[in-house]
Amino acid sequence: MRLLTVTELLQVVRECAGGDDHRGAEADLADTPFEELGYDSLALLETAGRLEREYHVKLTDEMVGEARTPQRLADLVNGELQRR
Amino acid sequence: MTATVITGLGVLAPNGLDTADYWSSVLAGRSAIRRLSHFDPSRYPAVLAGEIHGFDAAARLPSRLLPQTDRMTRLALVAADAALADAGVVPAELPEYGMGVVTASASGGFEFGQNELQNLWSRGGEHVSAYQSFAWFYAVNTGQISIRHGLRGHSGVLVGEQAGGLDALGQARRQNRNGTPLVVTGGVDGSLCPWGWVAQLPSGRLSHSTDPAAGFLPFDERACGHVPGEGGAILIAEELTAARRRGARQVYGEVAGYASTFDPAPGTGGEPGLRRAITLALADADLTADAVDVVFADAAGVAELDLAEAEAIDAVFGPGAVPVTAPKTMTGRLYSGGAPLDLATALLALRHGVIPPTVNVRTPAPGIDLDLVLAQPRPATLRTALVLARGYGGFNSAVLLRTVDH
Repeated sequence: MRLLTVTELLQVVRECAGGDDHRGAEADLADTPFEELGYDSLALLETAGRLEREYHVKLTDEMVGEARTPQRLADLVNGELQRR
Repeated sequence: MTATVITGLGVLAPNGLDTADYWSSVLAGRSAIRRLSHFDPSRYPAVLAGEIHGFDAAARLPSRLLPQTDRMTRLALVAADAALADAGVVPAELPEYGMGVVTASASGGFEFGQNELQNLWSRGGEHVSAYQSFAWFYAVNTGQISIRHGLRGHSGVLVGEQAGGLDALGQARRQNRNGTPLVVTGGVDGSLCPWGWVAQLPSGRLSHSTDPAAGFLPFDERACGHVPGEGGAILIAEELTAARRRGARQVYGEVAGYASTFDPAPGTGGEPGLRRAITLALADADLTADAVDVVFADAAGVAELDLAEAEAIDAVFGPGAVPVTAPKTMTGRLYSGGAPLDLATALLALRHGVIPPTVNVRTPAPGIDLDLVLAQPRPATLRTALVLARGYGGFNSAVLLRTVDH
């Protein structure tokens, strides 16, 4: 099964909520809280909707709210993918 | 009593992407009314609009604001940037709770809403943007301007169709008096998309003309409705002593008087509220009618509304006794953006001593006894200007602006 990388996740976030000002150092971004990256809860809701549609997973608002970094959100999606 | 003055202008109009560009267009009588191009209007009875072309949102705003904003909000944000810069205000240098935002809105973000409705019905609810929750909303321009610049004082939105733009300034003045020394106000509107278009058609007031030079002819015997446009103006309203204290680089003029009234219920035969709004604004400014040097008319472009406005003006000032103009003949009616653009135009007229023209209008309709400034700008010594606006549904508002001695 093909899993979601942090790089791919950040690309989805950018497409959903804009922001191209931290391209390049994605290893450092994986564990940086979304809040520090300038993405609010609505940006994450928009992103989660896209992930649900593209990866055919179900992400509740609570799960998304607790995934505070790109790495944790990617892990969440991958966990759901592996559960299927 | 404190005084409210305007210290900054941010204009984004169909015939001018900034204040200087707009003002030179207005003096040259350059109209932006054309056949619609944002979408194909051939299936609709109304085809003319005052569109803004050459506006590049991606070049003017951070990429994060683009997924969450309607076109009219992007225009408003850029106009607000321009107004603050014109006023020389750097928000980070002033107390954040001393600055508020009060804008007008007539319809909200229709184009954004149309896209999300299309997603809803053609693809399903999970395809609707989370940003739809606020991107369509009346208060969205106020909110986005507030967030972008960190303006956390008293804020709000006025919804009164075309009259709302004057009501926003009235509310800004009230907040100046209540202790918020600086308020970003005005309004920017635009819903030139199919959904916005069909929402306007039932009013019966849209021009069905296909001729850009004959589509919007307020007070003319050929009046045939109005042409909608997009854009408007953002103004910086400041309490005068606070503006002087921070060293404001300019004062365009003072908001000397404001009033708003509501029409009697349809069919009851009462007099429309516009004359009362003018009289109350004069009383508020402690001015008599002869002090007014120019009137910027609401200029509905609908015969009975034009006649009612002419009667109201004549009742206060006397027939033909005061110059009357409608530069909105070059932009179309901008709804919540229209009156703020008229305010900006009036302040520029006061500054430059010239009354901008009403274009394309030639022969006033029977019963219209006004000194209309037609075709060419008219040089004049101007100290006081009256701006009128009426909103669909019975709203009437009047603002008196006057020059401030240095």
